[in-house]
Amino acid sequence: MSSPLGELIRENLPALQVILPMIMAPVCVLVRHRTVAWFLAVAVTWTTFAISLALLQIVRAHGLISYAMGGWEAPWGIELRIEPVNAFVLLIVSGISAVVLSAARRSFEEEIPRDRLYLLYAAFLLCETGLLGMAGAGDAFNVFVFLEISSLATYAMIAMGPHRRALTSAFRYLVMGTVGGTFILFGIGLLYMVTGTLNIEDLHHRLQAIDADRTVLVALVCVLIGTSIKLALLPLGAWLPNAYTFAPSAVTAFLAATATKVAFYVMARFVYRIFGADLAFERFHIDSVLMPLALIAMFLGAALAIFERDVKRLLAYSSLSQIGYMVLGLSLASVTGLTGGIVHLFNHALMKSGLFLVMACAAYRIGSTRLSALRGLGKRMPITAATFVAGGLAMIGVPLTAGFVSKWYLVKGALENDLWPVALLVLLSSLLAVIYVWKVVEVFYFQEPPEEAGRQEAPWSMLLPTMFLIGASLYFGIFTDGTVGIAEWSARELLGGAP
Amino acid sequence: MKHNEILRVSGKSLIPFIMMFGLYVQFHGDYGPGGGFQAGVIFAAGVVLYTLIFGLRRARRVFSPRTMEAWICAGVLLYGSVGLLSMLKGGAFLDYNVLAHDPVHGQHWGILWVELGVGITVTAVMITLFFLFAGRGLRGPSRLDHED
Repeated sequence: MSSPLGELIRENLPALQVILPMIMAPVCVLVRHRTVAWFLAVAVTWTTFAISLALLQIVRAHGLISYAMGGWEAPWGIELRIEPVNAFVLLIVSGISAVVLSAARRSFEEEIPRDRLYLLYAAFLLCETGLLGMAGAGDAFNVFVFLEISSLATYAMIAMGPHRRALTSAFRYLVMGTVGGTFILFGIGLLYMVTGTLNIEDLHHRLQAIDADRTVLVALVCVLIGTSIKLALLPLGAWLPNAYTFAPSAVTAFLAATATKVAFYVMARFVYRIFGADLAFERFHIDSVLMPLALIAMFLGAALAIFERDVKRLLAYSSLSQIGYMVLGLSLASVTGLTGGIVHLFNHALMKSGLFLVMACAAYRIGSTRLSALRGLGKRMPITAATFVAGGLAMIGVPLTAGFVSKWYLVKGALENDLWPVALLVLLSSLLAVIYVWKVVEVFYFQEPPEEAGRQEAPWSMLLPTMFLIGASLYFGIFTDGTVGIAEWSARELLGGAP
Repeated sequence: MKHNEILRVSGKSLIPFIMMFGLYVQFHGDYGPGGGFQAGVIFAAGVVLYTLIFGLRRARRVFSPRTMEAWICAGVLLYGSVGLLSMLKGGAFLDYNVLAHDPVHGQHWGILWVELGVGITVTAVMITLFFLFAGRGLRGPSRLDHED
């Protein structure tokens, strides 16, 4: 990249990452043609994926990138700040967007009125803009702004779901999401009141310098409540199952892998990089709240999944449980524990979006994701069903799958902190995962398909991306150096305080 | 309501001034209080007043939903392209300094165009929102068209 244009692009990569989908969204609306809009959206999501790969390489080679929006230097101006941890999150968000959107065309055309599809693609891109912006933003207020962008786009996408109840689910999520956003904004406002700055690094330094009083505590609590709602930590995650169940199938695959993950990243970033581990854990003991909630979420989510009869909702409940693992990793406040949380963020994104895409395939052919409708799927759609089994194994955490790696680090982290009951609970909750995955597998393989059902596989345009995601979650279970390396490095950076 | 003479006459004489004031707030925003958002709302308020008096159907003839959709996009694109232009000229995204021969003029032009983008989008969004709510659940003429 020695040409002037190459140099120009290279220097502006952090901004291009966020604004390309933003600029392409109105273009999608202007063309008003569903296939052209889809093509443009896919092109731009793959471009953002390429950019995030490039950013990760640059961060690996040269350390963090600080990009001054509008040429105004931080801490006065708005900064995009790419560190190992958010380079990793950017990679996940853009990668999942690209793969899911590539798979989504046939599914969307089946489920959504065709004359509205171009709007859905625009909303998808805006949502990606918001998520990438949240991950990239270097100041707290812009995290909130991008959160609102992504949330508003999400409500619109969920409301487009084929079922009437999509509207009420979207509205419920809107109410909860707005409350969450307000809490986060309130926390940021209090921090601004105490420190007079909004830049994340600057906030951290100033908070270290002053004696933390009750205002800081309230700010911390507000941020924790707000992010807990957005990342759907039980008991604040009740909006999630319906939103995931009634959203269009491919939208669910996208959201499950990105929205809650970015919210988790925001929580980690605020706790460790603004308040700092000392303040949050030594002084205010947030682990005494977060850890029990994480454990409850792990079990309650899995238990609800066991009794569920709709596979999409079953997977949504399982998400609640998996989010528990991530928060557990965060609350351990050690390098190993946080590594587990961040690796699980990555691994869970792969397998859950893969599994939801499997359900998109099933819904495409069968028109329902209820267990009773999916009887004998192993005979009717053998590849789809086999992909589900592979993804299910990864979610249980069978060795040689990605799920095993993250749970390994979580258990190790718990043992390092001498919390052996917690380690035991992680293992026990994995057994619950065996039950709910087995329940689905049994229906797929050991029940006879309905008489009239023939054998009809989903189109390859949907199957290939699905298999790619599930395959990746197996690949990263065997070759763990890449993901664990980056996650461990991110965890060190997060815990290390000032760079 | 268009048979109410007082409303009609005072509305007709007010609307141009509301719109003019909107434009003033828009283009004076870089020197004084104002800017694209406020201007967009004020300008749209003129359209809303017109719709309240003369009915949804007539207003839609000028501000058709499809045109409004295009304007919403155009505003965002204008904003984005100012950012991309400053990038192409060697600055950061939305770095106005590089847009003209000296930074002062650059800042001036940059803010002017960006705020115009904001103004266009806000106007179109406000009008669209109002039309959506005013025409909600009605296939034929809205209640605002009742006396047409």
